[in-house]
Amino acid sequence: MQLKEVLDKYPQSEDYLIEILMDYQKHKMHHDLTEDELKTIATHLNIKESKVSSVVTFYSLFSLKPKGQHVIQVCHDVPCHVNNQPDVLSTLKTMLAIDIGQTTDDKMFTLEYTSCLGACDKAPAMRIGEKTFTKLTPNKIKAIIAEYRGRKHA
Amino acid sequence: MIKLKINGFDIEAKQGATVLETAKENGIDIPTLCYYPDLKINSDCRVCSVEISGSKNLQTACSTPVKEGMEVKTNTSKVYNARKTITELILANHDTNCTTCSRNLKCELQDLANTLGIDENRFEKVLEMDEVDNHNPSIYRNPNRCIKCGRCIEVCKDVEGTYVLENQGRSNEVKVAPKYGKYLSDEDCTFCGQCASVCPVAAITEKDDSQRVFDAINNPKKHVIVQVAPAIRVAIGEEFGHEAGGQWTGQLISALKRLGFDRVFDTDFTADLTIIEEGHELLERVKTGGTLPMMTSCCPGWINYAEQQHPDMLDHLSTCKSPQQMFGALAKTYYAESAKIDPEDMYVVSIMPCTAKKYEAARKEMQINESIQDVDAVLTTRELAKMIRSQGINFNNLKDGEFDTPFGITTGAAAIFGATGGVMEAALRTVSEVVNEKPLEKIEFKDVRGFDGIKEATVELGGNPVKVAVAHTLKHAETLISQVKAGKSEYAFIEVMTCPGGCVGGGGQPYGTTNKKRIERIESTYRVDGAMQIRKSHENPTIKKLYDDFLKEPLGKKSHTLLHTHYHPRHKKT
Ligand code: SF4
Ligand code: SF4
Ligand code: SF4
Ligand code: FES
Ligand code: FES
Repeated sequence: MQLKEVLDKYPQSEDYLIEILMDYQKHKMHHDLTEDELKTIATHLNIKESKVSSVVTFYSLFSLKPKGQHVIQVCHDVPCHVNNQPDVLSTLKTMLAIDIGQTTDDKMFTLEYTSCLGACDKAPAMRIGEKTFTKLTPNKIKAIIAEYRGRKHA
Repeated sequence: MIKLKINGFDIEAKQGATVLETAKENGIDIPTLCYYPDLKINSDCRVCSVEISGSKNLQTACSTPVKEGMEVKTNTSKVYNARKTITELILANHDTNCTTCSRNLKCELQDLANTLGIDENRFEKVLEMDEVDNHNPSIYRNPNRCIKCGRCIEVCKDVEGTYVLENQGRSNEVKVAPKYGKYLSDEDCTFCGQCASVCPVAAITEKDDSQRVFDAINNPKKHVIVQVAPAIRVAIGEEFGHEAGGQWTGQLISALKRLGFDRVFDTDFTADLTIIEEGHELLERVKTGGTLPMMTSCCPGWINYAEQQHPDMLDHLSTCKSPQQMFGALAKTYYAESAKIDPEDMYVVSIMPCTAKKYEAARKEMQINESIQDVDAVLTTRELAKMIRSQGINFNNLKDGEFDTPFGITTGAAAIFGATGGVMEAALRTVSEVVNEKPLEKIEFKDVRGFDGIKEATVELGGNPVKVAVAHTLKHAETLISQVKAGKSEYAFIEVMTCPGGCVGGGGQPYGTTNKKRIERIESTYRVDGAMQIRKSHENPTIKKLYDDFLKEPLGKKSHTLLHTHYHPRHKKT
């Protein structure tokens, strides 16, 4: 989706800055916002770029750096942790050859931590995009990654 | 009147006053850190915490208005412990190398820690060192000393309307910085230094050029001359314990001589010259249908702003260089010739109330040839005061000195250049007499004086009423600019100064500058004018001689190469 289309969906007011940023970032293949795009948004809403920068850097859900097409968020809270999360995580790290916070060279995957996904009864859990995976095991991880590798950007 | 109690004493206060103000008026000091007079109150730091009857939590004195029957306690152990904890937390995240810090002994954080008797910190250091921004000639930003008080943000946003600084990031990782943590030089920073002037610590300061100047003075091959701007003489005494509102011209000259400058000259001389050139430029534009309104060009913060924000307006700017640059250009030509000194061996220093002057002096356009800049180094009032102290010169015991010739004879018109409206008034004194060919009945143009953001006046020129306007701070200038852009400006001539109150309130003036002090310096400036023998630039005999001997005529060939310049639209790097 083009930035213009997103901007057109919202009233031209500073109150919608966060919604616009979230909406647009979701549509970007690499889940990032560039300075040029933020400048366009600032001009459109008639606010200062320093203000937009302030908001974007405040929320960790916004990124100024391109991420992988698929952002894998591994739950980092205690219930998952005591339920084998470390095994699952190390399988992910080995398969992707990256650490937390990094992106694979082919720009396919980024690995991140997240806090509780509300699936503690089916721990350990992780999320890729909007989809949550539960009761993870190293074998399940292998299957999931293989599947994502096989498909194009959704 | 409101009746309340502070620390058990009955006190009367004005309706609408804050607890902080009321306490202060009654001799009770409450420490502050984020609060600064004239700026919007954000109450971020909570250092001014006090106990107030009826509320369980401590309240911030800077933002709490007094109420009838209120009981305030400013010195309980609860209050003390809170202030101490806050300060220790700040210090744990601060690069506390006070002895090697430019604000040592002039620092509000150091004062606070000292007042609270902090001699050890219960908290472990959490500071992660960050890159310092020293990528421009004017402003030095050291994030490791920033205490996130937000004063600079407010001044840049609310006072100047420039919006360069903002909070970036969040909670304990928050940084006060330009967008995306860039350098000031990548942003639309005008280098006005208003941020440096309100910063309580050494997180934003002027770039220190004093060592370069000492090196030049100590180099026997260099003929080192210094010029002082009009706004310095009405402020420098504040650095040595005096109240605002005095004038210290004579002592200032003596101090400069003791520092070892070979000649001490007055920027007022080239302020007079600016009036002659700029006055004629205005008349020329009126006569030939040139771009109007013409706008003044002596303020480098304003020039930066115009080039950055209004590249389509540059034709409105007078082509006159600022007095600082005219001085340098003449020193290295006219004066060099007459004193038989090779301009290569000459070193020109300016004492300015301004950080943007450092940027201006370094501009490519400001040189007499490819290897020689008009001006070699610019020092702020604060840097000069430091140099004076460092040399053991007792400013307050100095006898009055006198400016050297030829750039020492000046007028009252030049003296008022430092105040908002001063350049306009000086220009009107000259332009009216030149056009009307008779002496002015009243030489004071009171309409353009004072602290209003925008002032206007109408003058009779050759039988026609001509309107002029004056703005200080870029926020107010913006109002006049929008009128011009909309084709609705009624003015022929507009004066713009970036700093509140004009140069007397510049970003390089003594710490603690407030609007109240600015107004006192302005009043002192008009007293200097009133006491001058000559009060109109065109009556300055040395200026007449300069034209006879060297420049020949206003806007002539020599003037064109030495005294005028041009401007460039600036495209932002993104
Ligand atoms: S800013 Fe103040 S407290 Fe910080 S190092 Fe400098 S003098 Fe010390
Ligand atoms: S120098 Fe002036 S424009 Fe630049 S950041 Fe400071 S206040 Fe803003
Ligand atoms: S740079 Fe100075 S004025 Fe700005 S937030 Fe930091 S400490 Fe406060
Ligand atoms: S702790 Fe991992 S899903 Fe709740
Ligand atoms: S001075 Fe009152 S909260 Fe900072």
